[in-house]
Formats: sequence, C-alpha cells, structure tokens
Amino acid sequence: MIEVRNLSKSYGPVQAVRSISFQVNQGEVVGFLGPNGAGKTTTMKVMTGYLPPNEGTVFVDGMDIRENTLEVRQQIGYLPESTPLYSDMVTYDYLEFVAAMRGVQKDDRADRIAEMTHACGLQEVLSKRVDTLSKGFRQRVGLAQAMIHNPPILILDEPTSGLDPNQIVEIRELIRTIGKERTVVLSTHILPEVQASCDRVIIIDNGVLVADGTPEELQTNLSAGEHVSVTLMDDEEDVAGVLGAWDMAEVVEHGTSSNGEAYFNLNSTSDIRADLFRLAVNNGWTLTGLSRRHENLEDVFRQLTGG
Amino acid sequence: MNQTWTLTKRELRAYFDGPAAYVVLCVFLAITGWFFGNALFLQNVASLHSVFSIIPFIFLFFMPALTMSSFAEERRAGTLELLLTLPIRDWQVILGKLLSVALLLLLAIALTFVYALTLAILGDLDLGGTVGGYLGLFLLGTTYGAIGIWASSLTRNQIVAFILGFAIIFVLFLLDKITDFVPGQLGVIMQYLGADYHFQNLMRGVIDTRDVLYYVSLTGFAFLLTTYTLAKRPE
Repeated sequence: MIEVRNLSKSYGPVQAVRSISFQVNQGEVVGFLGPNGAGKTTTMKVMTGYLPPNEGTVFVDGMDIRENTLEVRQQIGYLPESTPLYSDMVTYDYLEFVAAMRGVQKDDRADRIAEMTHACGLQEVLSKRVDTLSKGFRQRVGLAQAMIHNPPILILDEPTSGLDPNQIVEIRELIRTIGKERTVVLSTHILPEVQASCDRVIIIDNGVLVADGTPEELQTNLSAGEHVSVTLMDDEEDVAGVLGAWDMAEVVEHGTSSNGEAYFNLNSTSDIRADLFRLAVNNGWTLTGLSRRHENLEDVFRQLTGG
Repeated sequence: MNQTWTLTKRELRAYFDGPAAYVVLCVFLAITGWFFGNALFLQNVASLHSVFSIIPFIFLFFMPALTMSSFAEERRAGTLELLLTLPIRDWQVILGKLLSVALLLLLAIALTFVYALTLAILGDLDLGGTVGGYLGLFLLGTTYGAIGIWASSLTRNQIVAFILGFAIIFVLFLLDKITDFVPGQLGVIMQYLGADYHFQNLMRGVIDTRDVLYYVSLTGFAFLLTTYTLAKRPE
C-alpha cells in the first residue's frame, strides 16, 4: 500500500531523515514512534506530498509521489501536527469546503458530512465557529476533514497531543474504529497509545529507522531479560551477601524500605522466581513479595533511542 | 479548476464574514466620493479625473492591506500545510487567492460607477477616458494585489507582509515620478517601469497594448515569484 524507499530529507545543513525504508500494508495501523525531533513529522510531510524528498521516494499504490503527486494526495487523508483549521469558519462550512477541494461531488457532500458528523460525534458543534471549539472537538473536526473524501489511507501526526485523558481515550477509540477499514499511520511519543491502537511499530531516532515490528516482537526481541523484584523481612546485609554470591541472577539495586523490609531488584536471563523461593526457604528468610516484570515497550524505546 | 473557484469563494467569504471588506469598501467610497463631490460642486468640474487620480494612492495602502494575510496567516496558523496537501497544484492556490482579491477590487471599482452615471446624466462624460480609466484601475489594483500576495508568502507575520508589500508597490509607484533626477536613457526605462505612468496613459482614453501588457506581465511575474516561494515550502 505504502512503500517508503531510501527516503532522505534535509533542511539546509540539517539532515532530518536519513535513508529510511519501510512498508505499510493495506489495513494496518502503524505507530510511528520516536523522540521529539527524530524525523517523524518530516517523514509524514513527505508521505503526504507536502515536502519533496531530497533522495529516495514514497510509493502509494505503486504510484511515485514525485510524479503522481495529485493522485497520491487524493488517496490520503492527513491530519497535520497541532491540527491547523480555518478558525474563522463554521464547522459545517469548513467540512464542505474541504470536501469540495477534495473533489467530492456536490450531491454527495451533504451525505459525506453527515457520515463524518456521526463517526466523529460532531452533532453539537456543526453550526459553531471552529475557533470556539475545545481542543477535543478541534481534533475531531481535524479527523473528520481528513476522512471526508473517504481515503484508503490516513496519516495522523500526533493525533492525541494536548488532549486531556478522557479525550485521549475517545480519540484513540475513534482511531481504532477508523482503522478497521483503512490503512493508518500515526505518529506519537506516547507509548501506551501504540500498544492500545497499533498493529505495528516503527521507531526512528535521529532520522534513522531503528526498529520495525509488532509491539510484542519488539518486546521479546529487544528485551535484555527478566527483571525480578523481591522483598524480605530480613536484614538487608545478610541477604545481600548471599544473593551477591548467587550465580543465577545479578543484583541491580537493593535497600531497605520505610517499613523495614529489605528489597532487591535482580536481573536474570530466565525466570528465576522458583529458584529464588527455594533459596529463601533454604536460608530461612521471610519472603513478603516476589514479582517479575517484563521489559516493556517503554524500556525498548529508551534503549533504542538512547533516553 | 473547480477547486480554484471553491478557494476563491472561501477567500471572498472570509473577507465578508469579518469587517475587512466592509471597512475597505466604506473608506474607499468615502474618499473617492469626497474627491468627486469636491470637484463637481466646489470647482464645477464635471469629470472623473480627480477620482481616477486619487485611487492609485488609495490602492497603495489598500492592496497590501487586503493581501497581507493571504499566505502569512496560513503559514502562522499552519493551514498552509492543509492547503498544499490537497489534490491541487500550488499555482491553483495562488490563482484562487488572486482571483478573490481581483473580484473584491472589481466590486470596489463598480461602486464608483455611480459617479460615472451621475456625469452621464448631467451630460458630459468622456467615454474613452472613463473606460480607459476603469480598465487602468482594475489592472493597477490587480498588479498591486499580486505583489501583495507575494509579499505575504515571504513571511508568517502579517505586519511584515504589509510593510514589504507597501514598500515594493511604493517604489513602483515612484519610479516615473523621479525621472528628473536621473540621466536621460535611465529615465526612459524608469518611466516605463513605473506603475502610475501606464495608468496615466490609459486614463487619457488611449488603450495601448503596451500599457496593458505592462500590468499583465508584472502580475505574472509576481505570480511566478509566489510559486517559487511556495515551492520551497516555508515553515
């Protein structure tokens, strides 16, 4: 559906994107991840035909964006970062304007707007001026204008930034509904968002692609092993002595918490909870807590992007 | 082409939804009306000459004012990115904006037909000069508008766009008025490049293609410069 091939883009001397390649298949929801300034927005601006690439190109449905710009643009619905809208227009007029500019036939416009109003929950703001809308509604209007011409591809640049937690959940749900029948590429730096709404994750850092796979794949392939936390009602120094000499795990951190219990954070290559329990029994320790934590996407992200 | 017209309509609506168009039209009519009435009643001159002579001065300020927001505001608000990712060419966007300014200009000029009509009824209207004058005003205004739009595409600050547009137009306006200070051959060139010189020609009732061509090519040049500026995708 979309193929980004050896894409490079620089702003004067600043190289924003360096030879990135990836593919997005039909019907996928792909999360585009990276720290601020990694090149997410630049890549998206090239994909939507706003910026011309310096090197490489983007194919949409086999069409080269450099040659068939207008045809490619027609396939794409785009929500730029921070949701720019014509604030002096009434919501309905704005949607009608975008529909007309997108080539929706005059007779179909009212139907399309009605459909988008329903899908994005815009009933109550249809006759209000855009500049009077809350951030959440602006975001919905932005999504509605991106989908007004029923494009097979949606490109959303940080669709949930600046929203409150309730609005974030609403927009995420909206995106999940939209994503059922469309190909969606969305950028974010909020990690739970990717786990909540994406089939696949592409991580870029400093203009370079550093990871590409499902959230699960990234966690398993890139995690550095198991993390086990244990708390005991024993003297910290005694336990530390034994655990320090234990060859199955490595003590990363230890201390005594305010309620007098000693805690230890351990790293290991496999699940050592059973062994640890037996070790505690053999040494006569009183175990009060034992938990394992997988390396999550956040750890992977921090590890890959040097956070 | 439909999309260009859709954009033109949106721009016109933006003018008329806010106070901009009304303020401009009212002030325009007030100034021209005063000059027309002054000539007619106080000096007993039944001529549009004084009206035609003051309008280039009004355009000097009004055209940059009407166009200062056209791209600067889109850049500031980020809507330029929406506009330039629609399935239309950049030049269609510029044409849509230029058309809206030209139409607003046409309306302002059309409102002064009342003066011409008054003179026609009173019985002494120089038809050639009137037609030439109106054509000249439209061409002059559109040229200023195209320059204003280019100035607006260079910045995201409307005030900067206004000053820049005004400065360029003011130089063009002055060129044929300072020929006394430069040696002969240069003076001729400067006179030809002066925006007001060609208007004076048209106002005399002689519709010369060279004068028309001057405005058309200057408008085209400003249009090209705007295309060039937008192609660089300013942030």
